[in-house]
Amino acid sequence: MATPPVKVYGPPLSTAVSRVLVCLLEKDVPFQLVPVNMAKMEHKKPDYIKMQPFGQVPAFQDDDITLFESRAICRYIAEKYPNKGTAGLFGTNPLVKASIDQWLEAESQSFNPPSSVLTFQLVFAPLMKLKQDEALIKQNEAKLEKVLDVYENRLGSSRYLAGDEFTLADLSHLPNTQFLVEKTDKAELFTSRKNVGRWWSEISTRPAWKKVVEMQNA
Amino acid sequence: MAIKLYGILRSPPALRAMAALFEKDLDFEFVPVDFATREQKTPQFLALNPFGEVPVFEDGDFKLFESRAITKYVAEAYADKGTDMVLKDPEKLAIQTMWMEVEGQKFDPTSSKLGWELYFKQMFGLTDEAVVARAGDKGGQKLEDVLDVYEQRLTESKYLGGDSFTLADLHHLPYLHILIGMKVKSLFDARPHVNAWASDILSRPAWVKVVSMSPK
Repeated sequence: MATPPVKVYGPPLSTAVSRVLVCLLEKDVPFQLVPVNMAKMEHKKPDYIKMQPFGQVPAFQDDDITLFESRAICRYIAEKYPNKGTAGLFGTNPLVKASIDQWLEAESQSFNPPSSVLTFQLVFAPLMKLKQDEALIKQNEAKLEKVLDVYENRLGSSRYLAGDEFTLADLSHLPNTQFLVEKTDKAELFTSRKNVGRWWSEISTRPAWKKVVEMQNA
Repeated sequence: MAIKLYGILRSPPALRAMAALFEKDLDFEFVPVDFATREQKTPQFLALNPFGEVPVFEDGDFKLFESRAITKYVAEAYADKGTDMVLKDPEKLAIQTMWMEVEGQKFDPTSSKLGWELYFKQMFGLTDEAVVARAGDKGGQKLEDVLDVYEQRLTESKYLGGDSFTLADLHHLPYLHILIGMKVKSLFDARPHVNAWASDILSRPAWVKVVSMSPK
């Protein structure tokens, strides 16, 4: 079998890398995962910077195109392969697509900032032997609670964020939530909210995400 | 009127959405939201945007929040009107989308934080020369890194998202406008391609129209 044209550069433990991986797996798109040695600062070297000028992971290649920014990569994959794997990840008509974009932007602008800070402070800082910032943790936990209150209400009348189907909007939440629920003492932020808990249980047990978690634990 | 935009004229995200509506030559009604009485947190408004934020867009029965979802919807739903802001070739669109994410994930956090400290704090009389200067220096550093990437990109591409003006450029307008007027202007002057690009997009008639509506 020929080497798949799709390449993803970066470690599966990276939240942004895992966002791209789960999208490729949901769409049944074969890919090659290319390791990037971040301990040796490979992501800051000229060859890598050519692909990703901010020196971050992931970088992505498909045939002639090189992309970065995980949410842009996910949109590209969903649009290029609308009929492969899970259908409707980015909607089947303009109104649904706009609703998915709305909740994807909500994830990006409202959910991601506080959940990323908490993930870094509670999971990565200890691993990197960095001192945790208690004030920052408290501040971002409060912000995240406000966002999850909105989600709790929304998911009481909608099975998934953008409607009745699993879409990119839900998918985009997987990486940070996985860490917070499984690797910190903040799981109850999600599990104590009935509808959010139900939604998390559904989206996190999808086979594609379970495969990504296996890759992270390998 | 079929199209309504709810917001306040000093909200950069509301101005972002408005810029897109003007670029598409669309008639719309601007509906001011009374922040002084916290109208944005009332049940009626939360039914429009559960996050209690502006802007909110209505097109007949269809409602949308998040300025960057609104601009995309408008650009695609009204593709045949006004300025083309979404590239048609799938690979070119992927590149445009990538730079739209850069604005949302990189430019916006640093510029909005800096913009808040420099502009809004002055407006609300919280000016402390030393604080503003320090915040500017702190915020300016990260902005430098983003603008270095932009400088390189704009030597290879006329606009951020590709060869023509697209949403990837438009999304920058509200905070670019604020930053250019502030002491961080020097950052732009030191980067000729970024400076030329900023001047170009800030002088677009649609943006000039937005500025004429907003309070000084």
